Amino acid sequence: MGGGSAVLIKKGAEASLYLEMWHNRKVIMKRRHPKLYRTTELDTVIRSQRTAHEPNIIHQAKKAGVPTPTIFKVDMEEANIVMEFVEGKQVKEVLDTLSKEERLQLSILMGRMIGRLHKHGIIHGDLTTSNMILSPYGKIVFVDFGLSERSVELEPKGVDLHLMKRALQSTHYKHATECFKEIMKGYAESVGQEETKKVAAKIREIEKRGRYVADRE
Amino acid sequence: MTTNNSGCSYCLGIESTADDFGAAVVSFDGKVLSNANDAYTPKKGGIHPREAARHHAEVAEKVLAEAFETAAVKPRDISLVAFAQGPGLGPCLRTGATAARALASYLDVPLVGVNHCVGHIEVGKLATGAKDPVTLYVSGGNTIISAFEAHRYRIFGETLDIAIGNCLDVFARAVGLQQKKGAPFGAIVEQLALKGEKLVSLPYTVKGMDLSFSGLLTAAVSAFQSNNGSIEDVCYSLQEVAFSMLTEVTERALAHTEKPEVLLTGGVAANKKLQSMLTVIAEEHDARFCVVPLKLAADNGAMIAWAGILAYKSGITTPLDKSYVDVKWRLEEVYAPWVEAQLC
Repeated sequence: MGGGSAVLIKKGAEASLYLEMWHNRKVIMKRRHPKLYRTTELDTVIRSQRTAHEPNIIHQAKKAGVPTPTIFKVDMEEANIVMEFVEGKQVKEVLDTLSKEERLQLSILMGRMIGRLHKHGIIHGDLTTSNMILSPYGKIVFVDFGLSERSVELEPKGVDLHLMKRALQSTHYKHATECFKEIMKGYAESVGQEETKKVAAKIREIEKRGRYVADRE
Repeated sequence: MTTNNSGCSYCLGIESTADDFGAAVVSFDGKVLSNANDAYTPKKGGIHPREAARHHAEVAEKVLAEAFETAAVKPRDISLVAFAQGPGLGPCLRTGATAARALASYLDVPLVGVNHCVGHIEVGKLATGAKDPVTLYVSGGNTIISAFEAHRYRIFGETLDIAIGNCLDVFARAVGLQQKKGAPFGAIVEQLALKGEKLVSLPYTVKGMDLSFSGLLTAAVSAFQSNNGSIEDVCYSLQEVAFSMLTEVTERALAHTEKPEVLLTGGVAANKKLQSMLTVIAEEHDARFCVVPLKLAADNGAMIAWAGILAYKSGITTPLDKSYVDVKWRLEEVYAPWVEAQLC
């Protein structure tokens, strides 16, 4: 690495993020540590698959018009990725502190971006408010595509948004309902009403499929 | 409140959500005085809800009598009747609920309907001393990763299709393993897995915080049928993949919530391999690993009694006209004010 000392800024379950200087740039190094609970054989496969896959799909997201960090370097053997440090705050931190109007605006924007991803066959796979960074310029930068996949099917789109809804309910329970409604509005702006109706029906179906969901709206 | 001559109050708990009919007497200060049980064993295949309910109705009297006898508590010394109100199989739930209503009316004591999943979490906390854990609740019917936030046990992740216990059961039946009386299929798979050496490639399906086991089940069965590995290898691989998935999501919930404990509860909690994987992540996140003791792991009346006592102490009772069962009662629908009191 560039010689500077790495500072651990986030120890996630999936990977750790280090902030460091790399050729005079502030960068994030995402390192997928070996998981000691998994047998080495399985662990190696999962880590290298995810390390190769993530930069690829991050690039495709940019093409779809969704802001994502710039990738500088990928090291398959060490299972690490060096990418741009995105200035800003996690949506998780700001969502509950905003005024109602700002919160709904932000939710619409989130929905619009998710819509762009889905329209281009990108399923994020871990849509939570921790994985969206609100830049000082008011853009939402999507990070952590570690669990993403390519698909144009309704099912994974539904699962993706169902996860977003669930993340809102568990982390932002006070505003979950109104925020998700706006997300779906923004989503419709990107993919159209027709498709949004189908995806919304899919989300309801997934909710009912969960074993113990009462039939409620 | 009725008390016996030692001044202690007791709750009778009745569990009948699936194949087990359980009855237990637990004191209000958390001592499990008895935990009687009789399980319905299908002659072939899985649980037939109506057959299981018929079994429960047949054994109810015997199991209840045993619960009182072992505890050396007389029915008239009971101050509260708790029963599993859901989620579960409708006919089975109704059998337990009917017995609970009849007893509560006859003894003229309050009735409390308990959420089965809350029962598993609370009895795990009672037995291990965990205060505020991330809970991995794994059984034949449920696979839930949960933690307490603002009045409720929130669900952070769960299965999108079948439960892990169900996955292991159906796999075992599909490949022709024989169930021994008293030993669940999971235990047989666990034993065989110990002798497995080769990792057979099986799908690893984690979708954000949620899990899917149906594809894994199909792939494991077909790996065995197409001679891709010995039965030991396939059992080993199935466990490695399924438990790694569970551990990955539990770790993510732990990283997100920064809770001080990890609690493993439910019937599959008995699996040593799963326990050892969770121990690793608990240590890494400076959390204490807690596992429910074997005798309280599977469905039982004591967990219902204890969850009933907690609810009752915080002012919750279930009037007769609100005591109908709810087969789809979600964990996060339960208002749980007693947990905040525990955390103070």
